[in-house]
Amino acid sequence: MNVAVTVNGTVYERDVEARKLLIHFLRDDIDLTGSHIGCDTGNCGACSVILDGTLVKSCMVLAVQANGSKVETVEGLADGEQLTALQQAFTDHHALQCGYCTPGMLMSATSLLRSNPSPSDEEIRKALQGNICRCTGYWNIFEAVKSVAR
Amino acid sequence: MLLREVEYVKPSSIAEALTNLAANDGARALAGGQTLINVMKARAASPDVLVDLSGLEELKGIELGSDGTLSIGPMTTYTELMDSAEARARPILGEVCSKIADVQVRNRGTIGGNLCANDPTNHLPPLMAAIGAELTITGAGGERTVPASDFFLGVYMTAVGQTELLTRITIPAGKHDGFAAVTLGVDGTCIVNAAASMNGSLRIAIGCVDAVPVLIEVESPDTVRAAVRAAALHPPDDVHASSEYRAHLAEVLAERAARQAVGE
Ligand SMILES: Cc1cc2nc3c(=O)[nH]c(=O)nc-3n(C[C@H](O)[C@H](O)[C@H](O)COP(=O)(O)OP(=O)(O)OC[C@H]3O[C@@H](n4cnc5c(N)ncnc54)[C@H](O)[C@@H]3O)c2cc1C
Ligand code: FES
Ligand code: FES
Repeated sequence: MNVAVTVNGTVYERDVEARKLLIHFLRDDIDLTGSHIGCDTGNCGACSVILDGTLVKSCMVLAVQANGSKVETVEGLADGEQLTALQQAFTDHHALQCGYCTPGMLMSATSLLRSNPSPSDEEIRKALQGNICRCTGYWNIFEAVKSVAR
Repeated sequence: MLLREVEYVKPSSIAEALTNLAANDGARALAGGQTLINVMKARAASPDVLVDLSGLEELKGIELGSDGTLSIGPMTTYTELMDSAEARARPILGEVCSKIADVQVRNRGTIGGNLCANDPTNHLPPLMAAIGAELTITGAGGERTVPASDFFLGVYMTAVGQTELLTRITIPAGKHDGFAAVTLGVDGTCIVNAAASMNGSLRIAIGCVDAVPVLIEVESPDTVRAAVRAAALHPPDDVHASSEYRAHLAEVLAERAARQAVGE
């Protein structure tokens, strides 16, 4: 089936099989490998992207379901070499170690801060609930997000 | 994961969706996909055709009637229910939806999918049974409405036939409701859950202890535990809890939900 998906502002037209997951469309068809596959069961959040303004796990969406939609991935955050305040905060707070979960964490936190620029501690924790990190113990990730909350 | 080959259609009316379902007995409705896509990955089911309901405006939206009745389209997501001013007429709805999994799952998962999946550990089947929801099912022959207590037939089985759709969820007015669960981690999968609603008598529905929610009716929270014991439950055993422990939780959680419902 022919689909047209706008990813980080660029329209990609491709012929995809209905069985293809959105994460594979992103990684394999258009070579955006920033979004990761961790669990492939909707549990870990490493594949999180923003689809038409809402945060989703791209291993739980078919590429054909994104036809005509706008997708934002981690590659779309920085402006060239200029990191977003949130990305810089992850570096400053040592909020990543291996970095595997980081693209998903960044998308979840970006989505939170867009709809709620001044989240409470509890709201930050709730917003990151769908993202698992096996390295940091979460504390520094929480601190990084909190530091850019207004 | 590469799924088995499947066809995909996106109908633009309920009538067209029903035609798509009737055209192939391997056709299945696709709502939020937050259960079905995992089921397809695990090859526990391999539909031949996915009928994506996301284009059907008729299946979306929440209306609040003048008598307080809520009419909810099955394609309404948990996040939409939590954010809806109308749904606040029955506050337990948003409260329970906010405990399902995480933001991403709540942004995609739908009330209709949750009920039609009828996973015995899901949050919404016992809730709908306790608060007396009515479910409208549409097929080629027209519409019928069944009470939630008759909707759930077995593990992953409901009154919705393969050529039919759940098209509306109707919830009567009421505020005296409760919900309690013991979960795997905060907002995780339920080990046992219970929903309660006070409307003359107390109606309690317990989930995770049988293939379908177990309904119990009592006069007051003080008699809940005895009534659950009298129901002689034989819950499943698994790595998370023994059958005995689940039976114990059923008593405790039914009472907790009941006390919340009566405002204690
Ligand atoms: C990581 C994770 C954790 C989860 N934890 C929980 C949890 O703790 N509690 C909980 O309750 N749920 C949980 N879920 C499941 C989630 O709530 C699902 O969204 C829900 O079970 C199914 O809804 P859906 O809209 O995604 O439906 P789908 O997956 O699209 O469909 C489910 C089934 O219902 C059928 N169907 C859907 N809509 C209709 C309709 N209108 N008419 C007829 N048939 C229809 C489909 O054909 C399919 O068989 C979890 C999911 C994930 C990925
Ligand atoms: S890979 Fe999608 S949630 Fe883990
Ligand atoms: S930094 Fe390694 S998984 Fe999070």
